[in-house]
Amino acid sequence: MNEFQRRQVKNRIIVVILVGMLCVYLFPIYWMFSTATKTKLDAFSLPPKWVWRPQIENFRNVFYVGAGGALGRVKGIEVKPKPSAFLRQLGNSIIVSFVSTLLATFLGALSGYVFSRMRVRGKDDLLFVILSSRMLPPVVIAIPLVMMYRALGLFDTLFGLIIMYTVFNLAFAVWMMRSFVDDIPIEYEEAALVDGYSRFQAFFKFIFPEMRVGMVATAIFSLIMTWNEFTFSLLLTGERARTAVPSIAHSLGTAGVNWGHIAAGSFLMVLPVVVFTFLLGGNLIRGFTFGAIKE
Amino acid sequence: MLKLSIQDLTKKFGRKTAVSNLSLGVESGKITVLLGPTGAGKTTTLRCVAGLEKPDQGTITIEGQVVNDYPPKDRDVAFVFQNFSLYPRYTVFENIASPLRIRGLRQEEIAQKVKEVASFLHIDHLLDRRPIFISGGEMQRVAIARALVRRPKVFLLDEPLTNLDAKIREEMRTELKRLQGEMESTFFYATPDQAEALSMADTIAVIHHGHLVQVGTPTGIYHQPVNMFVADFVGSPGMNFIPASVEGETVNVGPGYFSLPLSPEMRKACAEQATSKEVFLGIRPEDVLIRFEAQEGFYPALVEVVEPLGVLQIVRLRLNHHFIRVRSEENAHFPVGEKVFFGLKEGKVRLFDGKSEKRIW
Ligand SMILES: Nc1ncnc2c1ncn2[C@@H]1O[C@H](COP(=O)(O)OP(=O)(O)O)[C@@H](O)[C@H]1O
Ligand SMILES: [Mg+2]
Repeated sequence: MNEFQRRQVKNRIIVVILVGMLCVYLFPIYWMFSTATKTKLDAFSLPPKWVWRPQIENFRNVFYVGAGGALGRVKGIEVKPKPSAFLRQLGNSIIVSFVSTLLATFLGALSGYVFSRMRVRGKDDLLFVILSSRMLPPVVIAIPLVMMYRALGLFDTLFGLIIMYTVFNLAFAVWMMRSFVDDIPIEYEEAALVDGYSRFQAFFKFIFPEMRVGMVATAIFSLIMTWNEFTFSLLLTGERARTAVPSIAHSLGTAGVNWGHIAAGSFLMVLPVVVFTFLLGGNLIRGFTFGAIKE
Repeated sequence: MLKLSIQDLTKKFGRKTAVSNLSLGVESGKITVLLGPTGAGKTTTLRCVAGLEKPDQGTITIEGQVVNDYPPKDRDVAFVFQNFSLYPRYTVFENIASPLRIRGLRQEEIAQKVKEVASFLHIDHLLDRRPIFISGGEMQRVAIARALVRRPKVFLLDEPLTNLDAKIREEMRTELKRLQGEMESTFFYATPDQAEALSMADTIAVIHHGHLVQVGTPTGIYHQPVNMFVADFVGSPGMNFIPASVEGETVNVGPGYFSLPLSPEMRKACAEQATSKEVFLGIRPEDVLIRFEAQEGFYPALVEVVEPLGVLQIVRLRLNHHFIRVRSEENAHFPVGEKVFFGLKEGKVRLFDGKSEKRIW
């Protein structure tokens, strides 16, 4: 075997290993999807059915009241489909996550730049204070928060949740963006300053483009964290502003455990994050591998 | 005429003083080299001039204008950084054009100027590439082109050749000097490389631990160093030093090893400046002669190491408790361990004070 063939074989082995790993990682998604599209009977059959007739009943039920119950004609009575809260909750999730992610990333990028480049009095202490906001588990501060939110009229509002999540993500965003800016050689900026640019112009023309990769990474992480956040959403909202994650958990209690229903709801919730990550993630990987941040 | 004048510049980083009370003038149309070892304060000085660092004390004057309170963009200086610092996202063309863009020149004008300077520096074929796809030497040319393209009042060059291979470094050295001469621009050039300084400078300013040690022409610095630091730092290898003591009309080395007669002028200088009898006798490696036979004015030593360097070689001789390095032609053959005799060229001996290490003669 010559060098070229050996390399080909090696590549093939790597591909096989990667495909194997991919299967392992995708299995839960497959399971979720299959459970969602199976009938109750199929879902519980042992050994698991690999071939089944897909049905969208569960997905439809997610959007209508009487979750888990039947629609159509039951004992001669017409069960009218009534929209459930799920669509609204999904919408809440989308609004809250995207707005707070945008805010946190933007503010984080600006503060990260300042913390990295400027002389700030008490910089280290400030950074620690920012980090410390993430040190307590949410449950610990939840009760005072609930009382404050009620007093301020922020309870069960999207605005309240957005504030909460922006603050929640900001600590992470500031730290992450600071280390990203630290990695951008300061000479880019200084060269620009001497070339005749003001600090502002230098920032937007030369530093901001270098920060984009970092901002995308920060945005993806904060979106995922916000989207999946459970405690605050459960405690700080009631009917109106609740996001999708806690409401899925909610449906555990009411009509027994309807796995098909839960799987369909979960699947719908995973989707937006996956789409977002894929859209931006390519950007992210390109940035990392082609050394956007390289001297 | 002074293009740039630095008065009493002091810059501290916390408790560390990077530059201390430095005063220096940079002449228009000349190359002034700031020479000093790593950590001497060269970069800090240049950055203070550019406005990238705020001095703790002192004034910077460019063309008669005190610029201390000016931001970098208003000082009209160009800075070539040691690590080139090109913008990775932009092509070579855009990198060179960047100082013109911000000045709002017309597109055709920019294109013309960039092409002009690029062909001047032989990088016209690289204009469409991004910096990561060109070599170190080419990056440095681009960095220099970006500085040249707008004819600033002063060029600040911070070790522009240090990161290049030895071969390219020597080529670029000549070329930079040519460019500077043709454009009659003013260079303030920092380097730790004494050979670079000697070959390029009109004026050399030696800096050490943040202090300016000596300012002078290359020959002045080489032949009349103010102290042992400069004598050692400039020259390759640096000057040899042998502890000695002045007694009456002679200077004696090592107990009874050899003595040299002192001229009346030297005696006078010693009497006026020496703090004690203890001095260092200094001699440049090229001012030592080697013989195989004993001779009047020649003293015994052992050949310890021989370092061939092409056309010449460095021979290290061991004296009783000291050694001296000698530059010798290549064709002479010195077996290691051989006993030889060395002599010092007349008029080339320097004397340094034993304590202050300042030059007496
Ligand atoms: N930003 C800084 N913070 C702290 N110390 C610094 C900083 N910049 C330079 N120094 C210190 O100041 C001294 C002079 O540095 P520099 O001007 O970079 O020397 P050179 O360019 O001659 O090698 C060094 O001891 C260095 O450690
Ligand atoms: Mg330096």
